[in-house]
Amino acid sequence: MAEPNWRLAGKRDRLMERARILHRIRAFFMDRDFLEVETPHRVPGNAPEAYIAPVPSGDWFLHTSPELSMKRLLAADYPRLFQICRCWRAAERGNRHLPEFTMLEWYRAQAAYQILMDECEALFCALAPQGRIRRQGRDIDLGPPWERLSVAEAFTRYTDTTARQALAENRFDELIACEIEPRLGWDKPCFLTDYPAELAALARKKPGNPEVAERFELYIAGLELANAFSELTAPEEQRARFAREEAQRLQAGQAPYPVPEKFLAELAHMPPAAGIALGVDRLVMLLTDAATIDEVVAFTPEEL
Amino acid sequence: MYNCSDLKKGLKLMVDGEPHVIVAFDFTKPGKGQALYKCKLRNMITGSLFDRTYRSGESFEPASLEDRDMQYLYQDESGYVFMDQKSYEQVHLSEETLGDDKYFLIDNMDVKVLMFGERAIGITLPNFVNLKVTQTDPWVKGDTAAGNNKPATVETGYTLQVPSFVEEGDLIQIDTRTGAYNTRVKE
Repeated sequence: MAEPNWRLAGKRDRLMERARILHRIRAFFMDRDFLEVETPHRVPGNAPEAYIAPVPSGDWFLHTSPELSMKRLLAADYPRLFQICRCWRAAERGNRHLPEFTMLEWYRAQAAYQILMDECEALFCALAPQGRIRRQGRDIDLGPPWERLSVAEAFTRYTDTTARQALAENRFDELIACEIEPRLGWDKPCFLTDYPAELAALARKKPGNPEVAERFELYIAGLELANAFSELTAPEEQRARFAREEAQRLQAGQAPYPVPEKFLAELAHMPPAAGIALGVDRLVMLLTDAATIDEVVAFTPEEL
Repeated sequence: MYNCSDLKKGLKLMVDGEPHVIVAFDFTKPGKGQALYKCKLRNMITGSLFDRTYRSGESFEPASLEDRDMQYLYQDESGYVFMDQKSYEQVHLSEETLGDDKYFLIDNMDVKVLMFGERAIGITLPNFVNLKVTQTDPWVKGDTAAGNNKPATVETGYTLQVPSFVEEGDLIQIDTRTGAYNTRVKE
């Protein structure tokens, strides 16, 4: 090649900032007495989820998230865990999606999802000590507490229907993506909470309101950053939910998965816990005001 | 037929019986939900723009358009003039119809003119064109960072970001699909 790769060279500032962010994340969790773990990326199967397609690797699969392995560690009495790792999801490619991306997951025993909201606030205070960020010309105040908005309220506020009705008409995801998500988290970050129970295959139902699950997603400047929940710890209910998701996967023409028996067996020993997955590439997008995910990774699949 | 995984910027398809082109495209997927394909479509006849979101499982009919090999002649008050080199028939396309494609036209360039029946509705450019830089700030001595960039204007009036080592008078190759700088070209 006659010239250096100008586009690649032009990413230097963002790649340097990305490295600094990864360091700060590790420091944050180590200061809080979390154990950093590494679990295998290549696994016999993932948690079956209707809309997440795995990438095969020989007879096994690349993991779509380290969730099952990390919960097995929780069940073996590791109370605070975090991991930063690559995950793979087939056919996901867009301005905010890469088929290979970096995930931060952390888990806390003896906790419910509210604690993870507080922890998100604290993490951002550590990552952006100035207390605000600028995105697309707008200032976003990161000072806690952040907005907590239930899915039901969000539908009332931003759509002409209800969450239940949208779900019945198979319009839930479209309304979230097109009408609700772009409006969330512009003044302050927003936790969208209490998803319909059927949209949370591994989450605990809310005590006193079994219609919804203790699940939230974090939105900042219209960008979905994290998904979290209070974990379901009942093996038989978990088995039934996996079967339901697997049936949906098969109906959509995806390859069958083995049932994660080791995970289900050990789930009986898992303490009450809460866990969260946060997209690191999107976090870097947000903290560096990058318009697309391509700008915060050295290489996109198209450049390989 | 196309399906959702074929959707991308530049794809031409029939929507409500008329040819449309996807001018902006994004894949998105809320949390644990269904994949959504957000398209901004331009009606290739009326030029009107609108947004539409598709879900996996939907299928699309390709636009029934014919490509005709033509040569770009010149621009006059009637618009941009192209000629079929076999029949010598001339067609005119307006500046509005061409959009940014107008910046990549060079006199006597071979292009494909898109015909919907007897009507010319657009062109397909070669993937790369070479254009001369007519204005850009001089290269600063000592600037060795390979990734530095600056704006440059080329002979057709188009402005784009180029590496700092590109100088006025350089011939550069531009990718017409993205409008982005590709490389310098030796004359």
